[in-house]
Amino acid sequence: MTETAISVNDLRYRWRKGHADVLDIPSWKVAKGEHIFIRGASGSGKSTLLALLAGVLLPQQGDIQILDKYVNRLSASQRDHFRADHIGFVFQLFNLIPYLSVIENVILPCRFSRFRKSKVNACGRSLEQEAIRLLNHLDMAGDKLLHRPVTELSVGQQQRVATARALIGSPEIVIADEPTSALDSEMREAFIELLFQECRESGSTLLFVSHDRQLESLFRHHIPLEELNRLEQETA
Amino acid sequence: MAILSLAIKSLLNRRFTASLVLISIALSVALLLGVERLRVESRNSFANTISGTDLIVGARSGSINLLLYSVFRIGDATNNISWKSYRHFANNKMVKWSIPISLGDSHRGYRVMGTSEDYFRYYRYSKHRQLEFLKGKPFEQVYQAVLGHEVAEKLGYSVGQEIIIAHGAGKTSFSMHKDKPFTVSGILAATGTPLDRTVHVSLQGIEAIHKGWIQGRKVPGLNISAERASRSDLTPNSITAFMLGLKSRIATFGLQREINEYPGEPLQAILPGITLQQLWDMMAVAENALLMVTGLVVLIGLVGMLTVMLAGLNERRREMAILRSVGARPMHILLLITGESLLLCLLGIAAGLVLLYTGLFITQPYIETLWGLYLSIGLPTEREWGLMGLIGLTGLVVGLVPGYRAYRYSLADGMSIRI
Repeated sequence: MTETAISVNDLRYRWRKGHADVLDIPSWKVAKGEHIFIRGASGSGKSTLLALLAGVLLPQQGDIQILDKYVNRLSASQRDHFRADHIGFVFQLFNLIPYLSVIENVILPCRFSRFRKSKVNACGRSLEQEAIRLLNHLDMAGDKLLHRPVTELSVGQQQRVATARALIGSPEIVIADEPTSALDSEMREAFIELLFQECRESGSTLLFVSHDRQLESLFRHHIPLEELNRLEQETA
Repeated sequence: MAILSLAIKSLLNRRFTASLVLISIALSVALLLGVERLRVESRNSFANTISGTDLIVGARSGSINLLLYSVFRIGDATNNISWKSYRHFANNKMVKWSIPISLGDSHRGYRVMGTSEDYFRYYRYSKHRQLEFLKGKPFEQVYQAVLGHEVAEKLGYSVGQEIIIAHGAGKTSFSMHKDKPFTVSGILAATGTPLDRTVHVSLQGIEAIHKGWIQGRKVPGLNISAERASRSDLTPNSITAFMLGLKSRIATFGLQREINEYPGEPLQAILPGITLQQLWDMMAVAENALLMVTGLVVLIGLVGMLTVMLAGLNERRREMAILRSVGARPMHILLLITGESLLLCLLGIAAGLVLLYTGLFITQPYIETLWGLYLSIGLPTEREWGLMGLIGLTGLVVGLVPGYRAYRYSLADGMSIRI
């Protein structure tokens, strides 16, 4: 039996008291190492679900178990710690800190997580070496590229730097929130292939959230958010 | 450490605005410290000029005025006092020593003071230090002069050289005592007081050059040669003021009353220390006002920083969301933004110090020649460190405002990126 990376039970979330629920997920499990495509239109509660998984928001009801921790039972600073240690993020656009270099951007998570830093060091590499190794895998290691200000990189290059950042220190879970929506259609598939490859290598579980049906076929496991979310089914 | 290096890089990224803020803080800090430095140094310089003198006696006028012209060569006497009165009190049984002073002439902008040899014996400055000769010796003859250190240095004089004394105290004078040149007999070591800018001659010398002068004007056609003048009776009729040292300080107040009630002519005796205190009390209002204004200038500099930080905050919400996603806690965001302000403020203080010392080194000689104020350039005083600490603390408090706002933003936004 495969281990569980994410387990959600009886989850309910609403923005404010008295408002309708945004999310209502009776039960959902993700196995470790899986690459999952979650499809949802904008406004369907995608961002809310990710914020809940990341521990930035707390559910009014139910449990969220990530790895073997009940995220919703941790204190705010413990949740921040947990996120820093175990989850890597790639967002839609402008993922990088403008005043840091490419390498500094990549190793940023290790500055906030000793756990991820020690994981890199355990492989016998310095943070810079690891950053360059990851960037190399993502075809981003040219000397010229490394020393350019991140604001001068193309969108595709920025997304690859962000991916390297999400993967450094091999977090158990990688969450990608519409990472390809700013890319050309040819670049999208290549980018996702790279993402798969890197996640496989570090053994990370990948949650890929998008509204783009075309990408669905690239994933072995895909699930529409409506299927998870009982509310959507009721209103549908 | 991670936050500090982020704060530094973030400031470097905005180096143009950041350096503008830094410059305004640095200027205001330099201004504040400069005003404080001037205040303390001028007080020290005044307090160091006279020591060990119990009473100063002059014609009746304001006590501060008497102190200023007799000791600091600032302003002029309103009236002279008679030689007879001077001798009367100099011979008082309580008096240990006395120094007569006669002012009114000058040499190339430096004041000439007629006095007696006792001046070099009894005058004390800066905690009982005696006057020392760098070269030469006190005047012994009528036409000899002892130069203050700066006079000799600036004008390039040496012992044995002849100088001409001008009538009146101005920098340029049209009536010269050309016919009676003085020879430099000695040069005093530097004291850091107005003494350095004084030409000392004997009372007899002052008397001799004014032979043939009536009411401050040369009588036309009446030429009395230097040689003839020096042979005539040179006991002065009047002097400007005199200083007294008493055998016992307990007698000071008694003698002061006696002088003030002297029936021979209206005299006034002052205690230098007390009059100096009166001067400070008078100046304190102005000093405090100045310090307050410069303090406000610093505050304006810090408010400028606040404006820049707050204005930039909205554009940085994305940056904060990214930081949150890689594991920064809201407290980290607060530290980052507040740290940037504090860093700017501390850098501003440091730059202000650099500016202050640069300014001091450049202006020191000018201030000395213009106002006779010698600025000693030492390490910052305890009070100055205190002022800098206060500015840093204010910078921290000011920095907490954008810091707290960013903290609230990052709590509300979480990782969702809003543009």
